[in-house]
Amino acid sequence: MADLTTNTAVEPRGPKLKKAFSRTNIFLYGTLIMVSMYYLLPLYVMIVTSLKGMPEIRLGNVFGPPMDITFEPWVRAWSEACTGINCDGLSRGFGNSVRILIPSVLLSIAIASVNGYALSNWKFKGSEVFFTILIIGAFIPYQTMLYPIVIMLREMGLMGSIWGLVLVHTVFGMPILTLLFRNYFSSIPEELFKAARVDGAGFWQIYFQIMVPMALPIFVVAIILQVTGIWNDFLFGVIYTKPATYPMTVQLNNIVNSVQGVKEYNVNMAATLLTGLVPLVIYFASGKLFVRGIAAGAVKG
Amino acid sequence: MTVPSVPPTLSGKRPSKLFKNWMAKMASLPMILTALVVFVGGTAWTVTYSFTGSRMLPRTKWVGLDQYERLWSSDRWMISITNLGIYGICSLILTLFIGFTLAACLDRKIRFEGVFRSIFLYPFALSFVVTGLAWQWILNPDFGMQSVVRDWGWTAFNFDPLNNPDIVMFGLLIAGIWQGSGLIMCIMLAGLRGIDEDIWKAAKVDGIGTVKTYIMVVIPMMRPVFVTALVLIAAGIIKLYDLVVAQTGGGPGLSSEVPAKYVIELMFRAQNLGQGFAASTMMLCSVVIILIPWAYLEFGGRKRG
Repeated sequence: MADLTTNTAVEPRGPKLKKAFSRTNIFLYGTLIMVSMYYLLPLYVMIVTSLKGMPEIRLGNVFGPPMDITFEPWVRAWSEACTGINCDGLSRGFGNSVRILIPSVLLSIAIASVNGYALSNWKFKGSEVFFTILIIGAFIPYQTMLYPIVIMLREMGLMGSIWGLVLVHTVFGMPILTLLFRNYFSSIPEELFKAARVDGAGFWQIYFQIMVPMALPIFVVAIILQVTGIWNDFLFGVIYTKPATYPMTVQLNNIVNSVQGVKEYNVNMAATLLTGLVPLVIYFASGKLFVRGIAAGAVKG
Repeated sequence: MTVPSVPPTLSGKRPSKLFKNWMAKMASLPMILTALVVFVGGTAWTVTYSFTGSRMLPRTKWVGLDQYERLWSSDRWMISITNLGIYGICSLILTLFIGFTLAACLDRKIRFEGVFRSIFLYPFALSFVVTGLAWQWILNPDFGMQSVVRDWGWTAFNFDPLNNPDIVMFGLLIAGIWQGSGLIMCIMLAGLRGIDEDIWKAAKVDGIGTVKTYIMVVIPMMRPVFVTALVLIAAGIIKLYDLVVAQTGGGPGLSSEVPAKYVIELMFRAQNLGQGFAASTMMLCSVVIILIPWAYLEFGGRKRG
């Protein structure tokens, strides 16, 4: 998988097109622009809907731009939208998601990077076996492990708490992150490691003083991967937390799909955009690194 | 230096093999625990308890294959399986087709390649919940696409997948492909970039057309990439859950139920753990069925090029 991903930076390899307005060229750009519209349509519709007032929405054209722009739906989605009896908006879910996200990202990357380092430089008997089990485990449907984890969390007294969910994210992030770090550390010349060993450096010394500084790009890839993955999680959030600790995605779903009250489509779309904003910002800010991250994460499926 | 120091309590004559490299072993403990306790242990536990009559709490009252018989005679499960089949086949074909076509288009030395690639890939950054809710709104029969097309003058236009049980899976399909095809495009594009440029010169010399070259030469050369893409799509299809919950909630009625949702509803809502375990074991079986041929292709034969 890794060799696929690194190639994206290479120049296009297809045959060169000569005339600017040849028939193939028009067909090519026509197709690309048409398809782009399909991909951009939902984002566009969400944005325009979230800026309209309800009367304008009832009049009708989802694709039409807003006549008079209002930011009220955004304010309402953030601080007033209701889930059941709670009417404090998405802000609570946002807070929860942040409180889940930060420890999960730190913990999972810390553990996985040490794992990857041990697996590539400090192989011990059976280390490859555990790693293989870990990778195969990434393909097991989560549904198969949901209930045993409920029991484990209950025994630890973490069921329903944010720390329980942090633990779950750490566990399920481990296969892909370990793979990522193991592959990266394996690509660092072994002489470097051996020289450090001769100089008397130990396990942690080599890790902190040589490996971590050299692996900064891969740490960034891992952070991107984990932030988007954990922020977008719905399944674990809905099962391992309780309403007071629901992450943003779960709360969003509850707000939009609640059966009570009049449907405020503009507030719903503002809430949806707010939830999608964090991964979108990361996506557009990180560019190529995001591609590297998902291509590595692709193994997870 | 991490000298394998023997603890005084273990008064061995020579350092035990177990303590060689002990710091690395300690550091790998989270991985070992995850692999053994959660992945192996959890899966084995669920499979074992799928043979019991557990309802609200897990119990060890053995009922043999009873849960599986009930599962396969349940209408809801059969609907779920059929839905997943329809969604799966369509999604597999369309995602591969769209992914490859877009990648091929982008590989033709076009301008603004980066812009197009960003546009095709950004939905992948969004969660299924966001995807489902956005498409739920676009497909809204009263205010969404249907009403807009009718206002344009085509009054007979009828496309309301969210209210029509017969086509609801296609409503999900539109959203699912929107979210996932960018990833496949990326993988295909990387695969295309890995192909030797001389192929094109050779095809030109032989007078073979572009489309024909893609179909006859390039696609067969990209077999490993297609296999990877296939596994990714298939693994994603089996996990289909969030999108359904957000976009349709399984409705109208039970018409868009899927297995992953069945498992969770029975385990956590209907308090019928045994059924949930049996259904999740069936999900595990389907993954095994997909993975074994892939593992064989990927690691078994050495002859692939």
